[in-house]
Amino acid sequence: MTQALSRSTEHLPGQLFHDTVFMEDLRRQMLKFAMLQVRNEVIAEDAVQDAMLSAYQNIERFNRQAALKTWVFAILKNKLIDILRKEKRYTSASILEEGASRNDEALLDELFTEKGHWQKEQRPQKWDEPDHDLESHHFWRIFDTCLDALPAKYSRLFMMREFLELDSNEICDNEEVSVSNLNTTLFRARLRLRECLEDNWFEREKAT
Amino acid sequence: MMKCTEATQLLSEKMDRPLSNKEKLNLGIHTAMCPACRQFGKHMLSLREISQQYVKQNDASEKG
Repeated sequence: MTQALSRSTEHLPGQLFHDTVFMEDLRRQMLKFAMLQVRNEVIAEDAVQDAMLSAYQNIERFNRQAALKTWVFAILKNKLIDILRKEKRYTSASILEEGASRNDEALLDELFTEKGHWQKEQRPQKWDEPDHDLESHHFWRIFDTCLDALPAKYSRLFMMREFLELDSNEICDNEEVSVSNLNTTLFRARLRLRECLEDNWFEREKAT
Repeated sequence: MMKCTEATQLLSEKMDRPLSNKEKLNLGIHTAMCPACRQFGKHMLSLREISQQYVKQNDASEKG
């Protein structure tokens, strides 16, 4: 508790960079975010280093951890978009997808009846207003876990669309997938994420 | 009438491309009568909000 309190107090400019726990934590989060996008450790490391360096050069702007974090992530995001735009990537999509689509059939069977309607107990429930939930540290841990549980290709395309906010055409172009393939993959990614969040967060919250 | 499997797919695609008038009409009729899919549509918007929030990383991770 004391640690949580001291961590949220204001810092003098530059002092943030000497908080090794915070910096190491931040670096790890950034690297993870970058790796999910570019799938190459060297390139991901470079992007993270660059973003950190820009932050360091603008050191006087930050006196709160949150401000620094928002800023480096924005820089990192732009770097990743540049990298993705420059390299056209050829992933062995068909191999990755095979196992995933078999699991998808199972998920669809579990969620919907043969006639294509929601199973009674699987019907989406009302979620609490995000304001309340989004503040919770615990929520983000669950969100991370749900994201990790997606097949690699799903989380990658989902993140390009929702985190980097690239439009569909650009993603298709970069990833060499058809629009209909992208749409199906995004649908399945969202279906799974939604299910995972509802089961592990929203329903559980209600039960307590 | 459109099935829930089709409606949910369209509710997802709506986040990525403009739907045709025919799709809008059929989806509108479906969701008017199907609260579960209506909820699913709201969740698609929530997922987008959550994702944007995640990237911004706001103050969320500081509160421990």
